[in-house]
Amino acid sequence: MNGLVEKHLLVSRIEMGTVIDHIPAGRALAVLRLLGITGREGYRVALVMNVESRRLGKKDIVKIEGVYVDEEHAKRIALVAPEATLNRIENYVVVSKKKLEPPEELEGTLTCTNPTCITRKPREPVTPRFYRVRGKRLRYQCVYCGTIIGEDEIIKQLAGEHV
Amino acid sequence: MHGSWKGRDVISILDFSLDDLEELYNRADKYLEKIRAGTPLRTLEGLVISLAFFEPSTRTRMSFETAAKRLGASVIGFTAAAGTSLEKGESYADTIRMLDGYSDLIVLRHKYEGAARFAAEIAEHPVVNGGDGKQHHPTQAFIDLYTIRKLKQRLEGLNIGVLGDLRYGRAANSFILGTALYRTNTLYLISPSQLRMRDETRIILEDLGVRFYETESLEDVVSDLDVLYVTRIQKERFPDPSEYEKVKGSYRVTRRLLETRAKPDLIVMHPLPRVGEISYDVDDTRYQAYFKQAYYGVPVRMAVLSLVFGRER
Ligand SMILES: [Zn+2]
Repeated sequence: MNGLVEKHLLVSRIEMGTVIDHIPAGRALAVLRLLGITGREGYRVALVMNVESRRLGKKDIVKIEGVYVDEEHAKRIALVAPEATLNRIENYVVVSKKKLEPPEELEGTLTCTNPTCITRKPREPVTPRFYRVRGKRLRYQCVYCGTIIGEDEIIKQLAGEHV
Repeated sequence: MHGSWKGRDVISILDFSLDDLEELYNRADKYLEKIRAGTPLRTLEGLVISLAFFEPSTRTRMSFETAAKRLGASVIGFTAAAGTSLEKGESYADTIRMLDGYSDLIVLRHKYEGAARFAAEIAEHPVVNGGDGKQHHPTQAFIDLYTIRKLKQRLEGLNIGVLGDLRYGRAANSFILGTALYRTNTLYLISPSQLRMRDETRIILEDLGVRFYETESLEDVVSDLDVLYVTRIQKERFPDPSEYEKVKGSYRVTRRLLETRAKPDLIVMHPLPRVGEISYDVDDTRYQAYFKQAYYGVPVRMAVLSLVFGRER
């Protein structure tokens, strides 16, 4: 219950909305970007960064008030936060808690690393698309050129971290 | 399963089932006979086929053109000369839209991987991939499989060697995938270590559960082989030219090697053109299959075109 207590100390509880928990420390902004939240939408958004976590050592938390982020839309968060949970809050209570699975398909999220992929050709109206490669490791394959992108590259592209 | 070809794009050999392929071989058999008999055909009369070669090609383009004309279709198109750029003006997507408006089917070659799949998304008419970068060359793979079937009477349970640049060569890549669809084959992938197959190909082989060995030595495995598919190793692939000089001799197929080591019924294939990978003294041996393979290019491409148009006569 330690984590919960700390949360309450740092940011007030929200009445209704979404809490994304168990984000690796430093990736809360990447999570917001993946959700497409810029701050201009007018939602009240709270980021809690670098709080203690038993599971992750340090973690980030994102709270969005007044909005229920649906699971399908939130799946991409798992690309940078594989342990993340999506919590739905109603009347100050967590009414559902889901672990996010990375999506089977991505459109426009990643850039293909192959310089001669058609999606890299300048000025062509083509959006990069990827399918998830089966298996334990997080890997995506370009629909067009077949190039496989692994976890390090995904983190680099989406969270700006060089692993 | 008949009729599943009609209206389809031909982008990768992996898009086709063994039934689809069987239908293709049977159709090619038929056209082979017609060509030999000199029977004029009007199967595709009234249709226009675009041959859009954004990358220079002689062999593949002429083979498609011959196939189209033998079936009575008209052909339009262009071939980019080496070094010129068609890309300066309009976008690739716009060029595809134009060709799609002019013709009933587009055959294309492009140096960018995925160019054919992208074109297929844009075009209303079917797109046939005549080679996209280092990725796919499905009609070459059809021809290669057909050749094995003709000369070996089967496509299953064979020991198949693939020699050369398995990393950047699209013919080799498509051939590996095509032979792996027949899961009882065993593949011997022979290349210098820096030119081994790419991860995406390896994953597919593992998924298909086909047996494969990777080796740098042709001599070590040649005696096991029923089929040896030879491709070119390009000097430019080696960061250090002396590395290339070191390995190039060990990937040369000679009459002496075959006569001392190979099974008597081994067939040696090559998508051509060759530049020294197979010495000329192999040409008049019983191992040589590459000229037949080249000859089958037209009937197999006739089969592809007629199936995609859903016309038979
Ligand atoms: Zn790509």
